[in-house]
Amino acid sequence: MNHTVHAVRRLATVEARLFLRDPLTAFFSLAFPVLLLVVLGCIPALRRTSPDLHGMSTIQLYAPILAVFTLLLLGLNGLPSLLSAYRERGVLRRMSASPVRPGLLFGALVPMYVGIATVSVLLVVLGGVALGVPLPRQPLGFLLAFVLAAAAMMSVGLLIASFVPSAKAGNAVGALAFFPMMFFSGIWLPRDMSPALLDRIGDFTPSGAAVQALQDSWNGHFPHAVGLLTLAAYAVLAGGAAAKLFRWE
Amino acid sequence: MAVIEVAGLRKAYGRRQVLEDVSFTVERGEVFGLLGPNGAGKTTAVECCEGLRRADSGTVRVLGLDPVRDAHKLRPRIGIQLQQAQLQGALRVGEALELYAALYPKPREPRELLDEWGLAGEVRTPFDKLSGGQRQRLFIALALVGDPEVAFLDELTTALDPQGRRDTWELVRRIRDNGVTVVLVSHFMDEVEALCDRAAVLDGGRIVAAGTPAELVARSGSGGTLGFCPTAPLDTARLAALPGVTAVEERDGRIEVTGTGDFADEVTGLLAREGIVVTGLRIREHSLDDAYLALTHHDA
Repeated sequence: MNHTVHAVRRLATVEARLFLRDPLTAFFSLAFPVLLLVVLGCIPALRRTSPDLHGMSTIQLYAPILAVFTLLLLGLNGLPSLLSAYRERGVLRRMSASPVRPGLLFGALVPMYVGIATVSVLLVVLGGVALGVPLPRQPLGFLLAFVLAAAAMMSVGLLIASFVPSAKAGNAVGALAFFPMMFFSGIWLPRDMSPALLDRIGDFTPSGAAVQALQDSWNGHFPHAVGLLTLAAYAVLAGGAAAKLFRWE
Repeated sequence: MAVIEVAGLRKAYGRRQVLEDVSFTVERGEVFGLLGPNGAGKTTAVECCEGLRRADSGTVRVLGLDPVRDAHKLRPRIGIQLQQAQLQGALRVGEALELYAALYPKPREPRELLDEWGLAGEVRTPFDKLSGGQRQRLFIALALVGDPEVAFLDELTTALDPQGRRDTWELVRRIRDNGVTVVLVSHFMDEVEALCDRAAVLDGGRIVAAGTPAELVARSGSGGTLGFCPTAPLDTARLAALPGVTAVEERDGRIEVTGTGDFADEVTGLLAREGIVVTGLRIREHSLDDAYLALTHHDA
């Protein structure tokens, strides 16, 4: 038991170092969301509240979107490309020849990714404070929404990683999942401004549900059960399917 | 005591039968070779011993354990070098050893292995920047980092140049001298001849011969060739009639006698009785190479 903990910790350390050695991914995961928020925040008009936005400012709308960005990037894009490349290179096979179960790699990677996403969210929240966006007023709801969103994104990413046949396919399918999810998160067209139908569809995507739940708690409401249940359902169903389907070689 | 006991092992991938009734044992402390042409089933056989594959039928015991069912007990005690595997591209040599050391309950000191395998200068080199030989040495070091009782080395020297191969052989001897039982998968006969105490030849999923390299040569029926130039006329038919002689060839006054067993003594005896002096005497003992070709020879 103790030994397993030691192994996972070492794995997580190594993977974190490898992650930081890839400057592009590190930049987009850690710096990009807060930088985008700051850039938007430098435009005075976007800092002004507007009755069209239910009394919020544009950057207030964008804060939860950017809080979800890193989870989306690492879960939907990062996990499938990393794991499918590891499978193709035989990294997973090499690991499965050691005494630890290769599943421990998930135990190292997922918490590490969630950790990186957490840092990114903290940066967005703090950056928001500097730009006049108040702290999330329902912290408990915010935390719950974030945890469920993380579980949902990571599970969907693992599910994609479990069925893609090659590293190339892992990259492609990861990107194919990432961009629509970005759309439903509202990064190009915030959800409050998009047509009602799209908004409804978005409610049942992991990214749409995550942004809505985070936004609600930011504004002081406890997130809707429907949104939280949507995220939990993705986490359980995709996670369960991934556990069944995942191949080590 | 046998460290590995394989009996009646069968394995099929779909309709293709890869192993048919394979049995062999490996004793503690020896270097055991599994050799055979590509596709003979060597890798599948060792993977069944490592617990990476489940046999369709038959029994496999490694250190008295079932490699699949008792994997959690067996894995910490064996070291595996896989034929085709890479590490994370940006993972540095030192990090790789530290990582794999953390996966074993009683690992060896990574520093020690780095020195032992000539990797001390590459501690900070990422895996993707290593040469073929360096990668191979790293994989051997990783196979040994858990301080195993048995090490499985699969096609260890395939990517190496002749010097690199010789160096690696020296290292394998060193592993054995440390008391580790080594199972070596190879399709190089010289390697098996140089390293193995015993070997089994696999062909088409079956063991066609097993024993010490010398026994394999003897069993293959290919003994050697004796060549000379007689200074007086010699009837080749009398040579061909000698016990053990399988072929006699005469070309430009030079005679080549091929045979098994004590055929060379018979030939020299005949020459002595006849008082025939010979020049240019050459004896070539058939090597494991010849034996291997004889054992795995297929009629198309």
